[in-house]
Formats: sequence, structure tokens, C-alpha cells
Amino acid sequence: MTREETPNAQRAREIAAAHAGMDGPLLPVLHAVQHALGHIPRETLVPMAEELDLSVAEIHGVISFYPDFRTEPGGRRMLKVCRAEACQAMGADRLGEDLRTRLGVDWHGTTADGAVTLEPVYCLGLCACGPAALVDETPVARATAERLERMAREVIG
Amino acid sequence: MSLTLFLPQDAAALALGADAVAAALSAEARARGIELRLVRTGSRGMIWLEPLLEIERDSVRHGFGPLEVSDTGALFESDFSDHPKALGPVEAIPFLARQTRLTFARCGVIDPLDLGAYRAHGGLKGLARARTMAPADIVAEVTESGLRGRGGAGFPTGIKWKTVLEAEGAQKYIVCNADEGDSGTFADRMLMEGDPFCLIEGMAIAGLAVGASRGYVYCRSEYPHAIRTFGTALEIARGAGLLGAGFDIELRVGAGSYVCGEETALLNSMEGKRGTVRAKPPLPAHTGFMGRPTVINNVISLASVPVILAEGAEHYKSFGLGRSLGTVPLQVAGNVKHGGLFEAAFGMTIRELIEDICGGTASGRPVKAVQIGGPLGAYFPAQMFGTALGYEECDAAGGLIGHAGIVVFDDSADMGRMAHFAMEFCAVESCGTCTPCRIGAVRGMEVIDRIRAGDPAAPAILADLCETMRDGSLCALGGFTPYPVESALKYFPEDFIPQKEAAE
Repeated sequence: MTREETPNAQRAREIAAAHAGMDGPLLPVLHAVQHALGHIPRETLVPMAEELDLSVAEIHGVISFYPDFRTEPGGRRMLKVCRAEACQAMGADRLGEDLRTRLGVDWHGTTADGAVTLEPVYCLGLCACGPAALVDETPVARATAERLERMAREVIG
Repeated sequence: MSLTLFLPQDAAALALGADAVAAALSAEARARGIELRLVRTGSRGMIWLEPLLEIERDSVRHGFGPLEVSDTGALFESDFSDHPKALGPVEAIPFLARQTRLTFARCGVIDPLDLGAYRAHGGLKGLARARTMAPADIVAEVTESGLRGRGGAGFPTGIKWKTVLEAEGAQKYIVCNADEGDSGTFADRMLMEGDPFCLIEGMAIAGLAVGASRGYVYCRSEYPHAIRTFGTALEIARGAGLLGAGFDIELRVGAGSYVCGEETALLNSMEGKRGTVRAKPPLPAHTGFMGRPTVINNVISLASVPVILAEGAEHYKSFGLGRSLGTVPLQVAGNVKHGGLFEAAFGMTIRELIEDICGGTASGRPVKAVQIGGPLGAYFPAQMFGTALGYEECDAAGGLIGHAGIVVFDDSADMGRMAHFAMEFCAVESCGTCTPCRIGAVRGMEVIDRIRAGDPAAPAILADLCETMRDGSLCALGGFTPYPVESALKYFPEDFIPQKEAAE
């Protein structure tokens, strides 16, 4: 393909082309595109489809199936809070309510200043020290809303 | 002067502050002119003691924990002996001393990425023996050991392997299911972070047994530390010639979908499709990844294979109860005083585990219920704690052992709310392929709300709905969601009456 593409579309095309020899390349490609661009913009679907010999509809179907993939930008930090049973036994419901109040967003929401996206997760494997959370890739045990908000709002850099 | 210390790098230890303790130890050592060798290990599985620091004296590991940064100065002052956080010899701590560690023998002991240490602690013996055996003999040894799928279904591993060995196909695969999504379970994560070569060895043996030259590990994205450690272990194994031309492994990462832990949804996900469940037959053993013969086993099933080959089937099956042979890594979680991973022969009762070994609840309140086997497992009330932890025993009691995660709830838990959550979880995670699961989970939430609002017609509707989901769903997500719902209603009917209705 030689026609004019946006930088995002070009990047996605390169990533897809680099994975094209794999058996079942689509999830690794989507992870890599999201890692590179922060989300999976609409303009990347056509180049991915062309490189992987898939339809745009197939790729859209896969993106929309999996909770990890986002088509819109998220906050600067990703705060994942466990809502599953073991953490509920240690007060995860209350933690979730407090966090939503503190951050002023519902689940899946991003704070107005773009600092934090709040996502529910169903188990982080930290079930004997709950309630548990992940701030980007930093795991937190026996989490409190105050501590999670502080960690999530820490300035990056 | 030089000093060697051992401190876990397991995600749970990190969540409890292990990196800050590591930094403080390094700073203390530097200030005192001591050359510190800090070996970052996996976790011993005593999560309430994390971060758990160990030092070796006369070949015995002595422990200190749970450590805080403020403890480190005094630790050096005391020369790592008489300290308020001293625990004595780690393997004499009753929680560890009462275990039978076969699969987790090295976890928490060695640097997980030190292949030399892996070998020195008994690693690669099983693979070396397997290389001298005919494929059918390896399969026979695994069958003879009595090993059953540790992911939850409990299907005999050797029978599965035999099917793939006998299947026609130029290319066969070993797929490791590391999509450990059940709440209350973390054995797969601990093993991949604490002893990744053990899983690699188990998969290599499986490859020899069935004639597969390629393996895949499908790990959930919620486990970034396991992904990193296991990915590095793969590179080291390749560099050492353990993986490569004859058998190689590729790591794939999921994308947040619980149902991809179901084996056919996992295959679809690996093929780059939506993680929807396939109808069976055809079995993955015949028509698996890319339509080719495929062994799909859980992490713990595969990681149990090296010790079976190294020590022999007879040794492995000398542990256990009835048709549940060998050991199982029980994972005790939730509101529990001494939670963690406890590997033991099948057959221990729930009471012995929760009350004697784990010390009851963290809150100090009475235990109200335990949920065994993840979000699709039944709630057991205290009067059923005499149930033995085995496949048939849990089944006979109206539940399932699943991946052997046990979540403890104290008497403040609202079981009506937990039943509602079980339906909500099923609705969130349903792949949408079959109607009983896709529609039933949503209707289930509504009907539980009606019961809690006092509608006298609603209980019969829920019973009917649960029957439909159980009998009509394509996989265990819709099919087993009735377990937590109906057990909660059966044993805790008082939590479903209107005055206790939750705020939302």
C-alpha cells in the first residue's frame, strides 16, 4: 500500500506486517498497537485488515469482545480494582464505591482531568491480601481508596 | 564482608511492599560496607508473612516477616538473629511443615530464572528420563500416576494425552491454559512467577509424549508479572538449548475475558477470534488449535508432570484419597487470617484447612461460608466443613473443587448479594453464544431482586431458570453459575428476605 496514511495507520500497518507470519496473529497485533498508540484508533482497522487478510468487521468484532481493548484514549494512569469474590470478602464493594465517589467517575470512566481511568477487574490473583488493585502495573494489597487515589494521581515522569 | 539474603518478587509480595524492603536492605548494606547478594525468589505461599525475608544458616533457611522498611536497620543490628519479626526456620513454620510440596517444591526457594539452581534442586530429571522413554510409555506413566486436570474439570491427563498421541496429524500442539480467572485462585500465577522452568519442563515432556513440536502458553493479561517472568524464562531456556528446534513454546496474552479460560474459547482467542465457546465434539484433542490435534492442560497439571516422571507414578499416587490422587495446591483466600497456598494430598477436610491451618477469618469473626472452586463453585456453610477436599467428595456435597481456590467469608457477608453477584458476573463474562447463559444470567439478577423484594412467585422461577442454565448451557460458565446461586439460597435463606435487602 502506498497511499497516504496517518502516522497511526502506518504504525499499525508495520505492526501487523511484522506479525503476519504467526498462527492467529490478531490478539498480539491488537496488544502491540494499543501498547504503541495508547488505544486502537478507528483509522488503524483498515491497514490491519489488509496486512492480516481479515475483514474490518472481524477485527471490530474482536476488539469489541475483549475488555482490554479500547478504541478511545484512556487516562494517563490505569487503575484496575478487583471486584471478585475474594476481594468482596475483604470489603471490595465499599472500596469501589469510595473510589468512584473520590474520582467522580463510574466504572470504565476517565476523570475529567484525564489523569485516571477506573476499570473493574475480576481477579488479579492477589486473593489472600485483598482488596487488591493494579495501578498501571504496580500491584497493591489491602488497598484503601485514599491510597489508590494518591498512587493513581501521582505525576508521571 | 558479603551477605546473601532471599526475598520474594512474587506479585503478592510486591503488592505488600517487597520492593521497598529490597531497596531498604540494599541501602543498609551499602551504608555498612556489606556486599549484599539479594536473591529475588518466588513466594513460599504464606501470604500473611509477606514480604518474607530469608537467610541461610548451616543449610537451614531462617525467616523474618512480614517485613516493613522500618525493620531493616534493626535486622542488620541484630545480625539477622534476634529480631521481633524473626520466625525461626522457615520450613518448621506449621503452615509449611504440614504441606507435601511436590509441584511447588522449589517455589519460594530458588531464583526462578536461575536454570542452574533449578537443576540443582531436582529440575530436568523428569525430562531426562522422558527422553529415554517411548512416547506411549510416558503417557502410560502419567495415566498410572492418577493425575487429573487441575484446572477444574478433573479429566485424567494421561487419557487426554493418549487421544492426542493416537490422533493423525503432522503438526500437534501442547497448549497450556494459564487463564486463571477464578477468584480465590493464584497457584498458576505463583508457579509461573516462582518456578517457570517447571512448567517449561512439563510442557516439553508433554511434547515428547504426544509428538508435538510446538507449545503455547495462554496467560491472562491481569498477570503482568507472570508474563514478564515466564517470557524471560522462555528466552533463558532457548539460550540453554532446552527449547528450540525439537520443541518450542510461545507465550500468548489474553485480553481480559474470563470465558477464555474455557478450553474451546481459549483456542478461538489464540486463533485471533472472539473468545466464544465451541460445541464439543469435535474434541480439541482431535480438532484443536488451527484445527489440529491439541493437548490443553492447566498450568498445575503440566507442572506436576516433571515430578511424576522424576519420582515415578507410584510415588505420586501414594498421596491422595479415592480417585483424587497426588497433591493439590489449595489456595485459601478472602477473609482469612493465614491465607496462601497450601499443597497437600487430596482428602483434607474443609474444617481442618480453614480452622486448624489457616486460623479462621482475618476479621476474627465466625466463618459464615466458604466458596470452593471460583465464581462457578458452591458456597459451603459451616455445617458442611467435614467435606473432604477431593473431586468426588466435593461433587457429592453439591459443589466442585475446581481449581482448588477457597474463599472465606465471615458472618457479615450477605449471601443474597453474593448470589446476585454470581449472576451479574455470568452476565458480564458470557460469550453470548448460547441463550441460557446470555439471557439467563440477566433474568437471574432480576429474579433474585424479586425474591429479595418479597415476591412469593420468584423462588420457583429461579429454580426453573437455574435448571435451564445447568442443562442447556454450552459450557461451565452458564452451566455452573447455578452452583453459587442455589447453594446460597439453600443454606442462607435468611439473606434473601426483604428486610436485609442491600442498599442498591
